[in-house]
Amino acid sequence: MDGLILQILNGLDKGSAYALIALGLTLIFGTLGVVNFAHGALFMIGAFCAVTISKILNISYEVVDPNQTDFLGNPLKVKTPYVESWFGPEMGASIIDWSVPLAILLTIPVMMLIGLIMERGLIKHFYSREHADQILVTFGLAIVLQEIIKYYFGANPIQTPPPEALQGVANIGAAFGMDLPYPIWRIVYFCFSLGIIGAVFAFLQFTTFGMVVRAGMADRETVGLLGINIDRRFTIMFAIAAAVAGLAGVMYAPINPPNYHMGMDFLVLSFVVVVVGGMGSLPGAVLAGFMLGILESFASTTWATTTLPGINQIIIYLVAIIVLLTRPRGLMGRKGVMEE
Amino acid sequence: MLGLNNKDTKLLIAVAVLTLLAPFILNPFPADSAMAQFNAGYPDLMQRFVIFGIFAIGFNILFGLTGYLSFGHAAFLGIGSYAAVWIFKLFTYNVVPAIALAVIMAGLFSVIIGYVSLRRSGIYFSILTLAFAQMSFALAYSVLSNPKFNLTNGETGLQVYADDIQMFHREGLPDLPHLFGLSMRSTYNLDIGAWSFSFNAGYYLCAIVLMLVFYLSIRIFRSPFGLMLRAIKSNQTRMSYTGLNPRPHTLAAFVISGMYAGLAGGLMAAMDPLAGAERMQWTASGEVVLMTILGGTGTLIGPVLGAGFIKYFENIFSKINDSILHEWFAFLPDGLENFMVFIVHPFVGKGWHLTLGILFMLVVIFLPGGLVEGGQRIAKWIKNRGKAEDSGATTEPAE
Amino acid sequence: MGILEVKDVGKRFGGLQALGDVNLSVKENSVHAIIGPNGAGKSTLLNCLVGKLIPDTGSVMFDGQSVLGRSPHEINQMGISRVFQTPEIFGDLSVMENMMIPCFAKRDGSFRMRAIENTMREKDVVEKAEAMLVDMNMADKRHMNAASMSRGDKRRLEIGMCLAQEPRLLLLDEPTAGMARADTNNTIDLLKQISDERDITIAIIEHDMHVVFSLAERITVLAQGTPLVEDNPENIKGHPKVREAYLGETAA
Repeated sequence: MDGLILQILNGLDKGSAYALIALGLTLIFGTLGVVNFAHGALFMIGAFCAVTISKILNISYEVVDPNQTDFLGNPLKVKTPYVESWFGPEMGASIIDWSVPLAILLTIPVMMLIGLIMERGLIKHFYSREHADQILVTFGLAIVLQEIIKYYFGANPIQTPPPEALQGVANIGAAFGMDLPYPIWRIVYFCFSLGIIGAVFAFLQFTTFGMVVRAGMADRETVGLLGINIDRRFTIMFAIAAAVAGLAGVMYAPINPPNYHMGMDFLVLSFVVVVVGGMGSLPGAVLAGFMLGILESFASTTWATTTLPGINQIIIYLVAIIVLLTRPRGLMGRKGVMEE
Repeated sequence: MLGLNNKDTKLLIAVAVLTLLAPFILNPFPADSAMAQFNAGYPDLMQRFVIFGIFAIGFNILFGLTGYLSFGHAAFLGIGSYAAVWIFKLFTYNVVPAIALAVIMAGLFSVIIGYVSLRRSGIYFSILTLAFAQMSFALAYSVLSNPKFNLTNGETGLQVYADDIQMFHREGLPDLPHLFGLSMRSTYNLDIGAWSFSFNAGYYLCAIVLMLVFYLSIRIFRSPFGLMLRAIKSNQTRMSYTGLNPRPHTLAAFVISGMYAGLAGGLMAAMDPLAGAERMQWTASGEVVLMTILGGTGTLIGPVLGAGFIKYFENIFSKINDSILHEWFAFLPDGLENFMVFIVHPFVGKGWHLTLGILFMLVVIFLPGGLVEGGQRIAKWIKNRGKAEDSGATTEPAE
Repeated sequence: MGILEVKDVGKRFGGLQALGDVNLSVKENSVHAIIGPNGAGKSTLLNCLVGKLIPDTGSVMFDGQSVLGRSPHEINQMGISRVFQTPEIFGDLSVMENMMIPCFAKRDGSFRMRAIENTMREKDVVEKAEAMLVDMNMADKRHMNAASMSRGDKRRLEIGMCLAQEPRLLLLDEPTAGMARADTNNTIDLLKQISDERDITIAIIEHDMHVVFSLAERITVLAQGTPLVEDNPENIKGHPKVREAYLGETAA
């Protein structure tokens, strides 16, 4: 029983990431009708926002401390981050320690700006072109973004630890008399994801803006005929989707040290998630994200991998193929969305 | 000639001449000169031109004619390579059975993958092929390389070891892939003055195969089957309501292009007897898409041009480093020189992929018809300019 | 016994009864029109005949064989060709190629792998397609890209493509919708000529009464998914129920 629950929990963090990326993909696809192959790159850029912030906060100046010497007897050079000298050592140290959550503040505007530039500068010219062209141009963009990151940050994964207080493992089952050791940061990530998903749904459900967007997703032409400028709203929606991907990435950095190709890795799986959930269905994307995350976690158990070696690496694709063949619209897909 | 009309015959002859004389054409600069870095007449590079040309020709039969965008064709290339290496390991270094099995295995897999993927069209099809390709990659990279059952040798890649069976290997035959005794690595070097040209057996095998499959692709393009494939791209509704079943048509196109990919994979293994999983990754599939589009989707010669273009510039760009850049910009004042090197640096050497990505975007945005369309536009422009000057002088107002 | 027999066909979309107990019999070699106000179920009925939709109840027999459960290309191969409301042609191909495709479909069936033969050397198909283009009065446009033609020409090409298959039943879905008067009259003349010269049954769904009364020998009026009356044009013109159905619509 404990083991079962633990596997479900283990799937939640990856599942959250899938769900958030798939949510953005679905929003973009549903509103703009564009298949965005660069969405994984946005996730990756989000993760590198965390790296950037922690690098910036660690920018230091050196002073020679005559009171201290190194083992050769020379005066020791002491590096002090500017942040520490501005806010005092303790405050500064904790700011550096909390760099990943702080990076959220940077990620939101940066990602929205990137999203805005992408949509206005590139995607908008592809609304009327074939889906194949949309796939190709965003695929090209994904390569470009990924290579730029590689150029500035190198090819190796960069360790980005969570704040000290959120490191380590907690036994979250203690209250129920179960033994469920689980890393604290993953709990944080899961709750954070739920928060974002909730916020996106609330935004769509309870604001006028969201209502228009939902109506546009259902029937773009009719909403356009009502004289509502949906294009501008869709641009903003693209920026929001980019921000969601970025936020998914920034908080994921401590779980999986960011590297330049993580975007592509997640993109393929997120597409599978979207297709399994049903193209154009937001709840479907979230549901399928968590489901496939958990499924992957179960397939990664020692029992599964010894019985069927490597099953953890192909399970998602297998499920996707089976779902697509038996339920072509996906789990929660609507009729008439992207059908021939 | 050969059942082709004049225009196609000319095209075929042009391709034949270009491939057969490639060792000359691609080595226009003397071996010791500074420009020698732009030479491309090395056997392994020429082999890559031709092999990727074959791959792209096949891909174009599917994508160019039917419009179905597959993101999984690299899987078939990989399957072809593995099949060929297994022939080397178990039976013989002769490349004929190896290439034959490569084509057959790729064909079998493409029947299965195609049958499933083609039940959907549009983006669903692209994503399904993508999923299959990633699955094949995972299978090759780890699943099928466990101690109990090692089919692919995982990360290391499948290669021939000294203790392999090689049932039909005899004394006297080369210990490398060969064609009935002619080693694929055997190269004849011709030195004329300062120039040096290499004629490599492997390259010529690939070149002959390229000519054959190029000829086959012309025939397919001009056949009723090719017409049906174009009809599918144009209007599937009309297609069904004209009593034609689109699915076997697309499946046949998919399998043919899969077999082309397998052929390319088999040749790749025949030139260098090893097969690795990275060949199957979806970025590799993306590369063949790019070659086809860059050259000109749906045109006969486009994919060959695209493949050559990309592989050539990949080679050149990867070789350029900072010291070469400094040489280039040496004529500029110091500050400007450093600035130019700083600007260009991200795009060369290891930055080739960045250039490739930008190129990809530019082509899709501004030149969806690729190099072929670009060439046509230029030709038209020159023609029109000539005409405009003529007519401007003689007949002004006709109305 | 007509060539097309529709018996008790019903079709629901969720809560909407689009068709209820439609009975229809189309006599061989006649021109039969199906008219009715918007939402009467004309298009749904048509889609049930060509395999795009499968009715919930009832049967559709063509020449003694059921068409239900067959896919559009199979039904087409049985001898039913369909002309769409907006012309469906192969826009990327030349006019000649457009015309050759149905000729191949007629000769080779729904799929035959002919990947090595040269299309232009298939003498019988080329000749037939060329003859058909002459018939359709568009031989001079044979090298044109089909998408670049006028709407009237596209319609003409589409009809020609359907005829090239030598169908026994030609279904037309509002063939003159959105056309100028002159184009409409041309289309009427073309259809008249086709029905006079060929062994063919024509079933036409139409909104334009002018077209219906110039062509049809028999008319079925559909309203709210059920046939109101079926009769010859003279009787339909004066029929009170029909006037009511149509006046009701125009008044609203």
